[in-house]
Amino acid sequence: MTENQKGFSGKQVSEVTVEAIRRGDITLDDVRIHPDTLAHQADVATANGNPQLAANFLRAAELTSLSDEMVLGYYDALRPGRSTAQDLLNIANTLQAQGAERNAELFRQAADVYARRGLTAK
Amino acid sequence: MTTKEPIGRFRFMNEQRVNLDGFATPAPELGLVAFNGPNDPAPSLVITDGRITELDGRTESEFDSIDSFIAIHGIDLEVASEAMAIDSLDFARRLVDPNISRLDIVRLASGMTPAKLAEVLSLLNAAELVIAMTKMRARRTPSNQAHVTNRSDDPLLLAADAATAAAFGFRELETTVPVAADAPSNAVAVSIGAAVGSPGVLVQCSVEESAELALGMRGLVSYAETVSLYGTEQIFIDGDDTPWSKAFLTSAYASRGIKMRVTSGGGSEALMGGAQKCSMFYLEARCVALARAIGSQGVQNGGIDSAAVAGAVPGGVRSLMAENVMVMLRNLEACTGNDALMSESDVRRTSRTHPIFIGGSDFINSGFGSIQRYDNMFGPSQWNSEDIDDFLAMQRDWGVDGGLRTADEEEVARLRRRATDAVTAVYSWLGLGDFSAAWADEAVDAAGSKDITSGDLMLPLTAARTIMDTNVTMLDVITALAENGFDLEAQRCLDMLKARVAGDYLQTSAIFDEGMNVLSLVTDPNVYSGPGTGYQMTPERQQQVDTIRQQRSVADLLSEQQSFVNKNISELGIAEVSYDPRDVVIGVSPATGKDIWVTLSGLSVADAIGELLAGLEEEGCVGRIVRINDTLDLGMIGLTAARLSGSGVSVGLQAKGTALIHRRDLAPLANLELYSVAPTITRDLYRMMGINAGRHAKGATPEPVRNPYSDEAIEARYHTKVVSLVAIERMCVNSQHPQTLVVT
Repeated sequence: MTENQKGFSGKQVSEVTVEAIRRGDITLDDVRIHPDTLAHQADVATANGNPQLAANFLRAAELTSLSDEMVLGYYDALRPGRSTAQDLLNIANTLQAQGAERNAELFRQAADVYARRGLTAK
Repeated sequence: MTTKEPIGRFRFMNEQRVNLDGFATPAPELGLVAFNGPNDPAPSLVITDGRITELDGRTESEFDSIDSFIAIHGIDLEVASEAMAIDSLDFARRLVDPNISRLDIVRLASGMTPAKLAEVLSLLNAAELVIAMTKMRARRTPSNQAHVTNRSDDPLLLAADAATAAAFGFRELETTVPVAADAPSNAVAVSIGAAVGSPGVLVQCSVEESAELALGMRGLVSYAETVSLYGTEQIFIDGDDTPWSKAFLTSAYASRGIKMRVTSGGGSEALMGGAQKCSMFYLEARCVALARAIGSQGVQNGGIDSAAVAGAVPGGVRSLMAENVMVMLRNLEACTGNDALMSESDVRRTSRTHPIFIGGSDFINSGFGSIQRYDNMFGPSQWNSEDIDDFLAMQRDWGVDGGLRTADEEEVARLRRRATDAVTAVYSWLGLGDFSAAWADEAVDAAGSKDITSGDLMLPLTAARTIMDTNVTMLDVITALAENGFDLEAQRCLDMLKARVAGDYLQTSAIFDEGMNVLSLVTDPNVYSGPGTGYQMTPERQQQVDTIRQQRSVADLLSEQQSFVNKNISELGIAEVSYDPRDVVIGVSPATGKDIWVTLSGLSVADAIGELLAGLEEEGCVGRIVRINDTLDLGMIGLTAARLSGSGVSVGLQAKGTALIHRRDLAPLANLELYSVAPTITRDLYRMMGINAGRHAKGATPEPVRNPYSDEAIEARYHTKVVSLVAIERMCVNSQHPQTLVVT
């Protein structure tokens, strides 16, 4: 484990100690992964012969800035019969605007395939 | 039609446990076929303008959502043409060729379609699958995963059992709930117990997809596994997901730095009536291709909940293992099933697991039931706490690292106490609930939840609600641990949170060793190129595998014998030849009255001699005890004794209990009667031998006694003891003349 790694909040992981937690100085964002770290892990995955795992890490990097509720909400929107094709495209646009291009692309693909396969909301 | 009672041989065979299992005539139209279903396509791939336009016999417009996702994301187009052109038999042979590297194979496999890999792997026989698994798994060091659950979601028992599982060597612990709403409490209790047991043990709580992710986001669990994939679109949708929702979920876990793998397994589609006339193995090939396509680092497969479906058809068990190897070909972590119990027969379930155990996988069991069968809320596992000693013995027998180690009883007792103390303190400090001392005492001692009578069945639910309502996170648990003096456990829980920041354990096949080092495809890659390569146990690990708590040395046996020492056998002096026709010598072995005091049957040597003397007396003979010092061979002991005997008849007795009747005119290795199976010789039998020796001495006709028969594995039980006892006898051999002994 690299001790000079930073959490999502930017706090150095070396500053996260039991004592600091006890004092109430640490939040979950301090022990959440940083998008730069995920980008690094994507490079590692590519170097180890798994571009799909790398792509997953890059999509994940985009999701780090979304709240837990947003992430769970988007997951639900992709479940079968939950969204119309237009709903999915709207989410894609929102994600695109937030710089989450890879996830936006995933939603655009879903809009297309769901419409063709009857997986959209009735 | 009249029903006829089968003959006895078949009535007897029908009663055997294997006949409780269901065996199905293959029904390809229902998907009840392991390989080569009627709708399995021939492998095909067409790439047009850098896009896949045909996949395994279907054109783009015919793609279902699974095909589409694989076509867009799952096939490496740069190697696809080269890979698909390789003859399947040629590629199958490369899997077992030590001169062709794993890297070459995974590179090509990434360009192969599901049907292509299904065709390749269906060509490997069982032995070849073992070699392929040895060579192809991602992580060099094998490992294992445990289920930790109980019927009442008892937090104290969960924590104690989690600590116990960690002590036995499991590196991942999976819990689940009989009551869905209890999940947060289970996650907390198992995480605390795991931290008590060992650093770096990963914990998951298997519940509905969203709920499981929410637990992960709070830091209450450190990995996820029950993200299910299916091989047909219909069943996928029935599971309330699509390839896209699963891909998003996969990224959601990674976005919080949480390890995850997906779950699939042959037979699930047939079980749910949606196999579409495809074989189990082909549908699983689609799942595995999809797992790679969505960016999951690993797959739990090998039947899983439907393992018994595959087990019911010809070749089904082989197909389960082939599923695991397919995951390895896709360069993913393989968590190789052997979880749901697929047979009532101990022979069949061992047979199903054994090749994988030998080949070695990232996790041999994707849930070894570390608790008793009845407490396993996933249903009984293929291996359970009933079998931990069997598994440890199998590791030792084959010199195989199956991920487990022997745990010391005192240490486990200490860990269980500490785990219940820690949970008691944390739950109290966070206002989740209070445990009585009696409950804790029972949990420490319990072999299962049936041993606990003092529990409060409502506590887990109340605790779980409070965790959710007051937004308890792992940070609060760490604070509570630290505030109550559990500094070590607080640090271990924090280390698991910090691991998420680093993200190294998101890579393929990652576990932590006890020094919190990540072992994965990246840091501990499996490189196998024939004998002497690949995973080799360190001397320390070899020692763990070789040393089980049941093993005994000669020194152990000697000190056990010493604990039975009594002073009632004493020496009277040199034994002389007798001319009294009533004289029958009982010749005893060199260690008698020195180092061996108890026979293998548990009877004391003195008592055995006492019965022989009493039997002789019943026949009007006089027994005389003489220790033969210069041989440990029972025939020679008997013959030497017979030559001293006034009647010419003797009894020979080894201190371990083996006995015979001898006569001075016989050859050394001959005898009149022999009790060869010492562990089964009772007091009555020694008495009977005394009587018969007396009758031989008088020239009367004895009633020969048959050796008692047993169907138990007497040799397995006693042969190691025999080796030690014989060694002790040999140490006592000397050139002294025979000595008269007396038993008082």
